[in-house]
Amino acid sequence: MELLAYGDTGWGDELFFATLMTVAVAITAIFIGFLLAAIFASFKLSNTRILNLIGSFYTTVFRGVPELLVIYLFFFGSSGAVMYVAKIFGYDGYIEVNAFLTGAISIGIISGAYSTEVFRGAVQAINRGQFEASEVLGLKKKIYYYKVIIPQMLRLALPNISNVWQITLKDTSLISVTGLVEIMRQSYIAAGSTRDPLFFYSFAAVLYLFLTFLSLKLFNNLEKHYSKGH
Amino acid sequence: MDLMIESFPRLLDATILTIELTLLSLFFGVFVGVFFAVLRTSNIKILCCISYYYSYIFRGTPLLVQIFIIYFGFGQVEWLRESFLWIIFKEPYSCAIIAFTLNTGAYTSEILRSAFETIQKGVLEAAYGLGLNKIHVFFKIKLPIVVKQSLPAYGNEMILMLKGTSLASTVTLLDLTGVAKHIISTTFRPVEVFIVAGSIYLLMTFIIHNFVKILEKKLDYSK
Amino acid sequence: MNKFKRLFLSIFASIILLSTSVLADKIKIGTEGAYPPWNAKDESGKLIGFEIELANFLCIYMKHECTIVEQDWDGMIPALVMRKFDAIMAGMSITDERMKTINFSQGYADEVASLAVMKGSSLEGMDTPKAINLSTGGSAVNNALETLTAALTGKTIGVQTATIHQNFLESGDVGKVNIRTYKTQDEVNLDLAAGRIDAALAAAVAFTDYAEKSGKDVVLVGPTFAGGAFGNGVGVGIRKGDNSSAQGKKDAKLLKDFNKAIDTARKQGKISELAIKWFGFDASM
Repeated sequence: MELLAYGDTGWGDELFFATLMTVAVAITAIFIGFLLAAIFASFKLSNTRILNLIGSFYTTVFRGVPELLVIYLFFFGSSGAVMYVAKIFGYDGYIEVNAFLTGAISIGIISGAYSTEVFRGAVQAINRGQFEASEVLGLKKKIYYYKVIIPQMLRLALPNISNVWQITLKDTSLISVTGLVEIMRQSYIAAGSTRDPLFFYSFAAVLYLFLTFLSLKLFNNLEKHYSKGH
Repeated sequence: MDLMIESFPRLLDATILTIELTLLSLFFGVFVGVFFAVLRTSNIKILCCISYYYSYIFRGTPLLVQIFIIYFGFGQVEWLRESFLWIIFKEPYSCAIIAFTLNTGAYTSEILRSAFETIQKGVLEAAYGLGLNKIHVFFKIKLPIVVKQSLPAYGNEMILMLKGTSLASTVTLLDLTGVAKHIISTTFRPVEVFIVAGSIYLLMTFIIHNFVKILEKKLDYSK
Repeated sequence: MNKFKRLFLSIFASIILLSTSVLADKIKIGTEGAYPPWNAKDESGKLIGFEIELANFLCIYMKHECTIVEQDWDGMIPALVMRKFDAIMAGMSITDERMKTINFSQGYADEVASLAVMKGSSLEGMDTPKAINLSTGGSAVNNALETLTAALTGKTIGVQTATIHQNFLESGDVGKVNIRTYKTQDEVNLDLAAGRIDAALAAAVAFTDYAEKSGKDVVLVGPTFAGGAFGNGVGVGIRKGDNSSAQGKKDAKLLKDFNKAIDTARKQGKISELAIKWFGFDASM
């Protein structure tokens, strides 16, 4: 227990902040993912063949290649890529792409590939007739999207979004390789410094279990909320 | 381009280890999965509980944590080092397989459990009514339904496991990802290596995907 | 009105001053933080070690503000090249291999490499000289390598990845050994103590430090190594500079500054003092 003391003598405070970092990265990543998913899901649903192809390419690659490999690509490649672009615009300095952003973007892109499928499935599941009904009722496109389609989509997609969230949360453990101090990285440092890996990795497992448990509860409540009237 | 051609044979070589790890883990994982799925349907509460928590823990924590506990964590346990089990835990190869097996086992048991639940009561009643005994019903009725029901989900799990084996590189094994990383960190050229290694992974996912599709068609008796 | 004008001007001036002090950029030094006693982390998460203290003194001599940045070992050189930081102080030996990609300052400390095993290992008591230098060669070195080859063939030896130690084992100077590479030296130590590997190769002080802090029976065996694949001491790694760009000029100047600061530190006995504090002996050079 001494090892977990809060303050300079133990690892309690470090692990606490690392847990917050894990949550922060995961939330940022899943929102980046949603953004990408909104784009690529509409690509996949569109009638243009080339857009379909781009959408499929995205989901196939990022669901088929190991997360770790994607992270290495961004970790070793991101600064170079950004600076290359900046050079075209005439700026020749160092641009820091910090570890948080590198991590959130790489996990977000992976998470987005899963979300794309979820969004697409949800839209397809909504009965065609509803689009027609809204049109007959004379609802404006915007209104029927916000009032009819999206609420239903959310209800249908929630269980799957919950799954994507769990995947995203667990994937954040892999960005420890980029140096961002989240749960896994902090446990790794503590395990190295105290030479007690069993304790610290087990404790990391407990922290992750706590987070997954908490988010499961949260999603259950959300699902209840959205299934009102059903 | 040169680097892509140059690194290809080395990456292909490492792919063998990736395939080995994937197949062995999936093979053992099916047994673990069936075992715990059957436990879960048991009427004895404690057995059911064990199965529930097993799958809960292994699905609720990252695979990276699991492999680190099994390799680096257990490596520090004195009595384990002195027991006969050390033959297994000494090697990174077997530690990786244990971690992957337990992980995929947890997911497999969930897939099988929900497949078991889809079997309609009426079907079983009819079978028993026809005078089939328990063993017959399990192998001739339950199992075919379960296999067919769980195939699509299990196909996804196979792909997840293939990707999961990339973590073997964190415990000194030189699998496809491990070698890719080694090349990246010595040549500082991530894009080329990513394209080659990524394509090899995608090819493997493609094969699994189509293999499962063909199997699904074969098992579709409704046609 | 005049008052306001003055106030406005002084605020304006202080903003300029403040922003220029930010613009007069700090030197960023990359270190691993996982290679005690060279560089490590304490319980409060603070970086400590020989190189951390030395870096602080060098920056004082250079009259430049510095920040020390953490970086995993296997991404150290790429991160320097990508300009994530400006200099490496991470127990990195000066080798021809690395000189292809980056520059080094003059050496500030000697890294003596050695094999380590657990007490009771069959590798104890090898009949070799105390130290060999691969650059000098000669029959004594050849004999020692032959003895090592005979003892080590088929054995599993752990090293940290992308190190001079890995290069040496891969060079085949000690025959065919099973090399197992780890991300950090901590992991090498853990697996050596666990008995997963027959021996490990690293800086001798990395093992003595581990043995002392963990209480494990880790002992050094065979000769200590220097020269050849082991390089010529530990120096500050800096990007290759040239006169073609502003950044290139800056890097070339930084190399000069570091060399001068190391001279000063040596003359004032700072390097020896810190070496004795962290290593227990004078490893300065």
